[in-house]
Amino acid sequence: MTADRQPGKPADGPRPPAGGSGQPQRDPGLQPERTRLAWRRTALALTVIMILTVRLALTADPPPGDALGALVAGVAVLGWGATLAVCWRRATGAGPARTDGRSLPLVALATAGYALLGTVLATRGLW
Amino acid sequence: MWQAIRRWFDPRELRAVGSTPDYRFSLANERTFLAWLRTGLALVAGGLAAAQFLPPLPLAHLREVIAVALLLLGGTVAVRAVDHWARTERAIRLGEELPASRFPAVLALAVGLGALLLVAAVLARALGER
Repeated sequence: MTADRQPGKPADGPRPPAGGSGQPQRDPGLQPERTRLAWRRTALALTVIMILTVRLALTADPPPGDALGALVAGVAVLGWGATLAVCWRRATGAGPARTDGRSLPLVALATAGYALLGTVLATRGLW
Repeated sequence: MWQAIRRWFDPRELRAVGSTPDYRFSLANERTFLAWLRTGLALVAGGLAAAQFLPPLPLAHLREVIAVALLLLGGTVAVRAVDHWARTERAIRLGEELPASRFPAVLALAVGLGALLLVAAVLARALGER
Protein backbone atom coordinates (compact mmCIF):
# COMPACT_ATOMS: atom_id res chain seq x y z
CA MET A 1 0.00 0.00 0.00
CA THR A 2 1.08 3.58 -0.37
CA ALA A 3 3.13 4.77 2.54
CA ASP A 4 2.20 8.44 2.26
CA ARG A 5 -1.42 7.79 3.16
CA GLN A 6 -2.23 7.76 6.83
CA PRO A 7 -5.65 6.90 8.15
CA GLY A 8 -7.70 9.94 9.04
CA LYS A 9 -4.97 12.48 8.51
CA PRO A 10 -4.47 14.93 5.68
CA ALA A 11 -1.84 13.64 3.31
CA ASP A 12 0.33 16.72 3.58
CA GLY A 13 0.46 16.64 7.34
CA PRO A 14 -1.45 18.52 10.00
CA ARG A 15 -1.49 22.30 9.86
CA PRO A 16 -1.92 24.71 12.74
CA PRO A 17 -5.41 26.06 13.24
CA ALA A 18 -6.11 29.27 11.37
CA GLY A 19 -7.38 31.40 14.21
CA GLY A 20 -6.87 31.17 17.96
CA SER A 21 -5.27 28.35 19.85
CA GLY A 22 -8.44 27.10 21.53
CA GLN A 23 -10.18 26.15 18.29
CA PRO A 24 -10.23 22.56 17.13
CA GLN A 25 -8.01 21.75 14.22
CA ARG A 26 -9.84 22.18 10.93
CA ASP A 27 -9.22 21.26 7.35
CA PRO A 28 -8.16 24.38 5.43
CA GLY A 29 -9.82 22.92 2.34
CA LEU A 30 -13.19 22.93 4.15
CA GLN A 31 -13.94 19.44 2.84
CA PRO A 32 -16.58 18.54 5.46
CA GLU A 33 -18.37 21.87 4.94
CA ARG A 34 -18.39 21.44 1.18
CA THR A 35 -19.75 17.94 1.54
CA ARG A 36 -22.51 19.13 3.90
CA LEU A 37 -23.52 21.84 1.43
CA ALA A 38 -23.53 19.30 -1.42
CA TRP A 39 -26.02 17.22 0.58
CA ARG A 40 -28.17 20.31 1.13
CA ARG A 41 -28.21 21.08 -2.58
CA THR A 42 -29.21 17.49 -3.25
CA ALA A 43 -32.05 17.73 -0.71
CA LEU A 44 -33.23 20.90 -2.44
CA ALA A 45 -33.23 19.20 -5.86
CA LEU A 46 -35.16 16.26 -4.38
CA THR A 47 -37.80 18.66 -3.07
CA VAL A 48 -38.28 20.13 -6.56
CA ILE A 49 -38.68 16.60 -7.95
CA MET A 50 -41.25 15.71 -5.30
CA ILE A 51 -43.31 18.84 -6.07
CA LEU A 52 -43.19 18.18 -9.83
CA THR A 53 -44.23 14.54 -9.29
CA VAL A 54 -47.18 15.50 -7.05
CA ARG A 55 -48.29 18.16 -9.51
CA LEU A 56 -48.12 15.72 -12.42
CA ALA A 57 -49.99 13.10 -10.39
CA LEU A 58 -52.86 15.37 -9.39
CA THR A 59 -53.34 17.63 -12.43
CA ALA A 60 -52.87 15.62 -15.61
CA ASP A 61 -55.25 14.55 -18.38
CA PRO A 62 -57.49 12.16 -16.43
CA PRO A 63 -59.74 14.08 -14.05
CA PRO A 64 -58.08 14.79 -10.72
CA GLY A 65 -59.10 12.46 -7.94
CA ASP A 66 -58.33 9.21 -9.71
CA ALA A 67 -56.88 6.50 -7.50
CA LEU A 68 -53.58 6.10 -9.35
CA GLY A 69 -52.76 9.81 -9.09
CA ALA A 70 -53.54 9.90 -5.39
CA LEU A 71 -51.49 6.75 -4.76
CA VAL A 72 -48.46 8.07 -6.66
CA ALA A 73 -48.69 11.45 -4.93
CA GLY A 74 -48.76 9.73 -1.55
CA VAL A 75 -45.76 7.56 -2.38
CA ALA A 76 -43.88 10.62 -3.69
CA VAL A 77 -44.45 12.59 -0.48
CA LEU A 78 -43.58 9.68 1.82
CA GLY A 79 -40.46 8.85 -0.19
CA TRP A 80 -39.44 12.49 -0.09
CA GLY A 81 -39.73 12.56 3.71
CA ALA A 82 -37.63 9.43 4.12
CA THR A 83 -34.95 10.54 1.65
CA LEU A 84 -34.79 14.02 3.13
CA ALA A 85 -34.13 12.46 6.55
CA VAL A 86 -31.16 10.60 5.05
CA CYS A 87 -29.84 13.79 3.40
CA TRP A 88 -30.30 15.78 6.56
CA ARG A 89 -28.35 13.29 8.64
CA ARG A 90 -25.40 13.65 6.28
CA ALA A 91 -25.83 17.43 6.00
CA THR A 92 -25.91 18.15 9.72
CA GLY A 93 -24.48 15.03 11.34
CA ALA A 94 -21.57 15.21 13.73
CA GLY A 95 -19.30 12.92 11.75
CA PRO A 96 -19.17 14.10 8.16
CA ALA A 97 -15.59 12.86 7.91
CA ARG A 98 -16.78 9.31 7.47
CA THR A 99 -18.76 8.32 4.44
CA ASP A 100 -21.42 5.93 5.63
CA GLY A 101 -22.14 3.47 2.91
CA ARG A 102 -25.89 3.30 3.15
CA SER A 103 -26.99 6.91 2.55
CA LEU A 104 -25.58 7.01 -0.96
CA PRO A 105 -27.37 3.99 -2.48
CA LEU A 106 -30.57 5.05 -0.70
CA VAL A 107 -30.72 8.48 -2.34
CA ALA A 108 -29.71 6.97 -5.70
CA LEU A 109 -32.53 4.42 -5.46
CA ALA A 110 -34.95 7.20 -4.48
CA THR A 111 -33.97 9.08 -7.65
CA ALA A 112 -34.53 5.96 -9.74
CA GLY A 113 -37.87 5.53 -7.94
CA TYR A 114 -39.00 9.02 -8.93
CA ALA A 115 -37.96 8.24 -12.52
CA LEU A 116 -40.22 5.16 -12.40
CA LEU A 117 -43.14 7.06 -10.83
CA GLY A 118 -42.75 9.73 -13.50
CA THR A 119 -42.74 7.09 -16.25
CA VAL A 120 -45.97 5.60 -14.90
CA LEU A 121 -47.58 9.05 -14.76
CA ALA A 122 -46.30 10.23 -18.15
CA THR A 123 -47.68 7.16 -19.92
CA ARG A 124 -50.92 6.71 -17.96
CA GLY A 125 -52.94 8.28 -20.76
CA LEU A 126 -51.82 5.46 -23.05
CA TRP A 127 -53.05 2.46 -21.08
CA MET B 1 -26.23 -7.99 -10.48
CA TRP B 2 -28.01 -8.61 -7.16
CA GLN B 3 -24.61 -9.10 -5.59
CA ALA B 4 -23.51 -5.68 -6.79
CA ILE B 5 -26.66 -4.09 -5.35
CA ARG B 6 -26.12 -5.87 -2.04
CA ARG B 7 -22.54 -4.60 -2.00
CA TRP B 8 -23.68 -0.97 -2.36
CA PHE B 9 -25.72 -1.30 0.81
CA ASP B 10 -23.09 -3.06 2.89
CA PRO B 11 -20.45 -0.59 4.09
CA ARG B 12 -18.63 -3.29 6.03
CA GLU B 13 -17.74 -5.13 2.87
CA LEU B 14 -16.42 -1.92 1.35
CA ARG B 15 -14.33 -1.21 4.46
CA ALA B 16 -12.92 -4.71 4.52
CA VAL B 17 -10.53 -4.14 1.61
CA GLY B 18 -7.36 -2.08 1.63
CA SER B 19 -6.63 0.66 4.16
CA THR B 20 -8.70 3.63 5.29
CA PRO B 21 -7.69 6.56 3.08
CA ASP B 22 -7.26 10.22 3.96
CA TYR B 23 -10.86 11.20 4.77
CA ARG B 24 -10.69 14.08 2.26
CA PHE B 25 -10.44 11.58 -0.60
CA SER B 26 -13.58 9.81 0.62
CA LEU B 27 -15.44 13.11 0.91
CA ALA B 28 -14.35 14.19 -2.57
CA ASN B 29 -15.64 10.86 -3.90
CA GLU B 30 -18.92 11.42 -2.05
CA ARG B 31 -19.30 14.92 -3.52
CA THR B 32 -18.63 13.59 -7.01
CA PHE B 33 -21.41 11.07 -6.43
CA LEU B 34 -23.74 13.85 -5.28
CA ALA B 35 -22.93 15.95 -8.35
CA TRP B 36 -23.82 12.97 -10.57
CA LEU B 37 -26.97 12.40 -8.54
CA ARG B 38 -28.05 16.00 -9.08
CA THR B 39 -27.37 15.55 -12.79
CA GLY B 40 -29.76 12.59 -12.68
CA LEU B 41 -32.29 14.60 -10.67
CA ALA B 42 -32.11 17.41 -13.24
CA LEU B 43 -32.86 14.92 -16.04
CA VAL B 44 -35.78 13.49 -14.03
CA ALA B 45 -37.06 17.04 -13.45
CA GLY B 46 -36.81 17.67 -17.21
CA GLY B 47 -38.86 14.54 -17.89
CA LEU B 48 -41.51 15.48 -15.32
CA ALA B 49 -41.68 19.01 -16.75
CA ALA B 50 -41.98 17.72 -20.33
CA ALA B 51 -44.85 15.45 -19.28
CA GLN B 52 -46.91 18.24 -17.75
CA PHE B 53 -45.85 21.54 -19.35
CA LEU B 54 -45.43 20.60 -23.03
CA PRO B 55 -48.55 20.94 -25.16
CA PRO B 56 -49.55 17.80 -27.08
CA LEU B 57 -47.16 17.64 -30.05
CA PRO B 58 -48.17 17.12 -33.72
CA LEU B 59 -46.41 13.76 -33.80
CA ALA B 60 -48.44 11.17 -31.89
CA HIS B 61 -47.04 10.43 -28.39
CA LEU B 62 -43.87 12.47 -29.05
CA ARG B 63 -44.37 14.30 -25.75
CA GLU B 64 -44.57 11.00 -23.86
CA VAL B 65 -41.49 9.67 -25.67
CA ILE B 66 -39.45 12.77 -24.71
CA ALA B 67 -40.63 12.58 -21.11
CA VAL B 68 -39.94 8.86 -20.70
CA ALA B 69 -36.52 9.13 -22.37
CA LEU B 70 -35.46 11.90 -19.97
CA LEU B 71 -36.86 10.04 -16.95
CA LEU B 72 -35.13 6.77 -17.78
CA LEU B 73 -31.87 8.57 -18.54
CA GLY B 74 -32.08 10.30 -15.14
CA GLY B 75 -32.70 7.02 -13.33
CA THR B 76 -29.78 5.40 -15.15
CA VAL B 77 -27.46 8.27 -14.22
CA ALA B 78 -28.39 7.89 -10.54
CA VAL B 79 -27.84 4.12 -10.44
CA ARG B 80 -24.58 4.42 -12.41
CA ALA B 81 -23.44 7.11 -9.96
CA VAL B 82 -23.67 4.81 -6.95
CA ASP B 83 -21.92 1.98 -8.80
CA HIS B 84 -19.09 4.29 -9.86
CA TRP B 85 -18.83 5.67 -6.32
CA ALA B 86 -18.44 2.15 -4.89
CA ARG B 87 -15.81 1.17 -7.46
CA THR B 88 -13.89 4.42 -6.90
CA GLU B 89 -13.99 3.99 -3.11
CA ARG B 90 -12.60 0.48 -3.52
CA ALA B 91 -9.83 1.68 -5.83
CA ILE B 92 -8.87 4.45 -3.38
CA ARG B 93 -8.71 1.97 -0.51
CA LEU B 94 -6.54 -0.40 -2.52
CA GLY B 95 -4.33 2.37 -3.92
CA GLU B 96 -5.24 1.35 -7.47
CA GLU B 97 -5.95 3.44 -10.54
CA LEU B 98 -9.36 5.06 -10.43
CA PRO B 99 -11.91 3.26 -12.64
CA ALA B 100 -12.18 4.72 -16.12
CA SER B 101 -15.62 5.11 -17.63
CA ARG B 102 -17.17 5.77 -21.02
CA PHE B 103 -20.40 6.89 -19.44
CA PRO B 104 -19.74 10.68 -19.35
CA ALA B 105 -18.92 10.65 -23.07
CA VAL B 106 -22.01 8.59 -23.91
CA LEU B 107 -24.24 10.85 -21.81
CA ALA B 108 -22.76 13.99 -23.38
CA LEU B 109 -23.33 12.61 -26.88
CA ALA B 110 -26.91 11.58 -26.05
CA VAL B 111 -27.77 14.99 -24.58
CA GLY B 112 -26.08 16.81 -27.49
CA LEU B 113 -27.89 14.66 -30.04
CA GLY B 114 -31.23 15.23 -28.32
CA ALA B 115 -30.64 18.98 -28.32
CA LEU B 116 -29.76 18.93 -32.03
CA LEU B 117 -32.94 16.99 -32.83
CA LEU B 118 -35.02 19.52 -30.91
CA VAL B 119 -33.32 22.44 -32.70
CA ALA B 120 -34.12 20.76 -36.03
CA ALA B 121 -37.74 20.22 -34.97
CA VAL B 122 -38.16 23.84 -33.86
CA LEU B 123 -36.60 25.16 -37.09
CA ALA B 124 -38.72 22.86 -39.25
CA ARG B 125 -41.84 24.08 -37.49
CA ALA B 126 -40.87 27.76 -37.80
CA LEU B 127 -40.14 27.38 -41.52
CA GLY B 128 -43.33 25.39 -42.08
CA GLU B 129 -45.46 28.13 -40.55
CA ARG B 130 -44.17 30.85 -42.87
